Amino acid sequence: MSASKGIPASAPMVRAPAQRSIAGWQRAAIVLLGAAAALAPIWVLDSFPLFQLTMAIIYAVAVLGLNIVTGYSGQISLGHGAFFAVGAYATAILMAHFDWSFWATLPVAALVCAAIGFCIGFPALRLHGLYLALTTFALAVAVPQLLKHRALEGWTGGVQGLFLLKPDPPSWLPLSPDRWMYVVVLVIAALMYLLAWNLIRSRIGRALMATRDHPTAAEAMGMDIASLKTRAFAVSATITGVAGSLSAVAVEYVAPDSFTFFVSITLFVGMVAGGIASILGSLFGGLFVVFVPNIAEAISRSAPGVIYGVILILFLFVMPDGFAGLLRRLWARAFGPRG
Amino acid sequence: MTTTTRRTLLAGATIGAAGLAMPNIAPAQETPGVTANEIRIGSTNALSGPASSYSVISRCLEAMFQRLNEQGGVGGRRIRFIVYDDGYQPPRTLEQTRRLVEQDRVAFLFNQLGTPTNSAIHRYVNQRRIPHLFLATGADKWANPKEYPWTIGWQPSYRVEAQIYAKYILEQKPDARIALLYQNDDFGKDYLHGVQDVLGQRFSSMVRTATNEVTDPTIDSQIVQLQATGADVLICGVVPRFAAQAIRRVFDMGWRPMFFMTNVSISVGAVMQPAGPERGVGLITSDYRKDQSDPAWADDPGMNEWREFMRRYLPDADLTDNNYTYAYGVGTTMIHVLRQCGNDFSRQNVMRQATSIAPMDIPVLLPGIKVQSQPDNYNVIRQMQLQRWDGRSWVRFGNVIEGANV
Amino acid sequence: MEALAHQIIAGIATGGIYASLALALVMIYQATHHVNFAQGEMATLSTFIALSFIQAGMPYWVAFFATIAVSFLIGVAVERLLMRPVQNAPVLTHVGVFIGLLLIIGNLTGWVFGYTTKMFPTPFESDQPLFGGLVSAHQLGSTAVTLAVLLLVYLFFRHTKLGLAMRAAAYNPRSARLVGIRVGWMLALGWGLAAAIGAVAGMMIAPVVFLDPTMMLGILLYAFAGALLGGIDNPMGAVLGGFAVGVLENLAGAYVVGTELKLTVALIIIIGVLVIRPSGLFGRVVLSRV
Repeated sequence: MSASKGIPASAPMVRAPAQRSIAGWQRAAIVLLGAAAALAPIWVLDSFPLFQLTMAIIYAVAVLGLNIVTGYSGQISLGHGAFFAVGAYATAILMAHFDWSFWATLPVAALVCAAIGFCIGFPALRLHGLYLALTTFALAVAVPQLLKHRALEGWTGGVQGLFLLKPDPPSWLPLSPDRWMYVVVLVIAALMYLLAWNLIRSRIGRALMATRDHPTAAEAMGMDIASLKTRAFAVSATITGVAGSLSAVAVEYVAPDSFTFFVSITLFVGMVAGGIASILGSLFGGLFVVFVPNIAEAISRSAPGVIYGVILILFLFVMPDGFAGLLRRLWARAFGPRG
Repeated sequence: MTTTTRRTLLAGATIGAAGLAMPNIAPAQETPGVTANEIRIGSTNALSGPASSYSVISRCLEAMFQRLNEQGGVGGRRIRFIVYDDGYQPPRTLEQTRRLVEQDRVAFLFNQLGTPTNSAIHRYVNQRRIPHLFLATGADKWANPKEYPWTIGWQPSYRVEAQIYAKYILEQKPDARIALLYQNDDFGKDYLHGVQDVLGQRFSSMVRTATNEVTDPTIDSQIVQLQATGADVLICGVVPRFAAQAIRRVFDMGWRPMFFMTNVSISVGAVMQPAGPERGVGLITSDYRKDQSDPAWADDPGMNEWREFMRRYLPDADLTDNNYTYAYGVGTTMIHVLRQCGNDFSRQNVMRQATSIAPMDIPVLLPGIKVQSQPDNYNVIRQMQLQRWDGRSWVRFGNVIEGANV
Repeated sequence: MEALAHQIIAGIATGGIYASLALALVMIYQATHHVNFAQGEMATLSTFIALSFIQAGMPYWVAFFATIAVSFLIGVAVERLLMRPVQNAPVLTHVGVFIGLLLIIGNLTGWVFGYTTKMFPTPFESDQPLFGGLVSAHQLGSTAVTLAVLLLVYLFFRHTKLGLAMRAAAYNPRSARLVGIRVGWMLALGWGLAAAIGAVAGMMIAPVVFLDPTMMLGILLYAFAGALLGGIDNPMGAVLGGFAVGVLENLAGAYVVGTELKLTVALIIIIGVLVIRPSGLFGRVVLSRV
């Protein structure tokens, strides 16, 4: 990473995809088709692959959160695992100690993460590049220690962690808890993606990218960079925290060892593999971090970690700007340089 | 993260003799993971990541099942042992366990590694009534037949070990001032709890504690801090690298407490040699398995059986690594249970047999220490013996101690 | 009072460990403007190579310099084979490659050399414990080695043409190319030197913390913190930063919050310093024109 510069302005990471106008009925058809494709696994897949897919979507949401701050706002975070953990524990504590329903805990988890993200956003304003990477990484390293600490042990269950239960499917739906969990995750993920999509395409999103690529010019045009960036941090933390909350109920267990700094590294890998500053890429990133380790293991049982590393590097050779970059290039080739 | 720890045991050959509690003549009914000529057994281990040092346990178990298959298998069936990598991350353990159960349809789970990792699947396996046998972790929560009847551990728990040390201290030095250094995770905290169990009210006046993280580069600061409390007894619940550091630093500082080391970290090759054998003289620990480097076992039939197995099936292995003796012990126990199942490998029967092992000797366990289980007592190994480092090897002293009932 | 002195001495001794790896981080930063997250794993691999040399019968110092040479070549090879293909990719992609490298080297080391904790010999033996047994002759010797490396690095970058060319290539590749510097090879050379310094750090650290494939995992974070505290572009600052982190961490653990949170508190203090001085204590403030 380049130090005091963050992301070099000379290499804008995203080119806006060609805008094409699509008729309303086409758009509706696309949405319907997408929804059908997303729901199909409920009937098509066995419970285990469905569980994997559920986890992949959860990670995709977490990667999306990271992408907002690192991809769109240009602030490198190696510590989003911390927000993931906070979201998970907020839900777990409320469910385990206060018998709240999962649905009630979700907004609390989101709010707590938003508040923490907002607070982290302030020092992050003064730090750039590597310095911010260290700060956030330190956060990721500190979280398991804090979760284990005596003062919090009564709430967090200390090293033993907390057990919780998946939300029950409504009685009128003939779905098993696993299948219902998939639906829940899918719906919440869709909401998060919609939120991110709207944010990125709004004035705020354009302002964020402007401050990332040309901070001085953006400021000269009257943008309040400080407030933009802290808010971006808060939104990003919220989305990742919601993913953490979902993971707590999907796995039905939280423990400090589930949230070591490897989680942050995993999210980062997902973002890079999927494509920096890409919403669709985040989805691919979630699939990557869940399924590629399994592929690596199928190739070599004696050293799956080595194979995973090799796959990651080869992948970045072939697609330096991630899966989303590949899609963009294919799109450009198919539809020419118009627009 | 890496904390599991194992101790090693050995076992081996007792395979044939014991079992054979009478087979229920079960028809070849529908039992998951069992076909006319195969039994599928699942496991998870850290094949990648910082805890991978324990992956040798799976390798050793695979070799043992290979040997068993070459000898004709069990009940005319071959064993297929499927191990997946969880990287010691609890969510991955759940994923891989579900893969084993729902996709590979294993008959049961055996020797999965780690306390946080097994915790993540504890309820899943018990809800689905899948035998979750002989886990590679020494936490004491696996012996809870009332709430978790489908989960059973194997090695003596760290907590029992700490209780034994605390009792010995009270006997030898009733006015001891105790310093306790433990790793800040499930493994280390068992030592804290074990000492608390025995000292009760007196804990806060007698004991000063310090903790370390597995990511700490050194534990010098903690040792300095504990020495400054004026303690004359030191108990360490830390992994091998820090154990070696502690032994060296305590000696170099001229501190000479009565010094207890967790039996996770007493390997001659990985701890005592690096620390300097002369620095560890007087160090006290406990064990339930034979130390492969102890000359006392040079001609021991049990250890010879283990050495022969290693020579034939794992010729490249590091013979000073006591994970191999651990694996041999737990593998022997598993094979014994399979034979005891007769021809009925249903989950109910596997669990019934695993929880009714008549006291038996295992080749890699110390003389007098038995493997056993009853439906209401899931502590498979309940005994240990204290031992002291004499500068060259561990010398056992005192009797075999039955796990403390506090 | 004595305990305080002991904590400080122990902190300085541990700080020496951080300082040596921090120096390798600064080195690669100077040469490439990257911080290599796989630096610790590369150093561990080098140390295992050194151990193989010694076990094969080489005298210590022969093995020492042979390892430095091999590590240099590994560093150059990594740059040529792995970094070159992504040189035009976004910076974050480089970080992704570093993470891949960390996974590969870390797991490979364990696979090839095993995970058992091993002893690594020291050339600075002494039977006499120093400073109440808190500091070994090895720790004094290795601090001297770290300082010697620091001096060499300083002289190299300040007073040799090659050093100047490397700085130029990292600082402004385009202009450097215009004045005839072979920027690609300068980067490879930087990787080689960083790997060599990492190897020295590994060989100096291993006798203290004992050698296993995860030896550097924790140390890298502290070294990173030390380097940033001192200023990532200042070798001297990084060394001082490393020592400061060692002492700070011990004092926080012993007197402020207890050992359970000492890392957390040390990091918070460092971040506090960075918020006030965003380029580190001794770092240069870079102003850029628009």
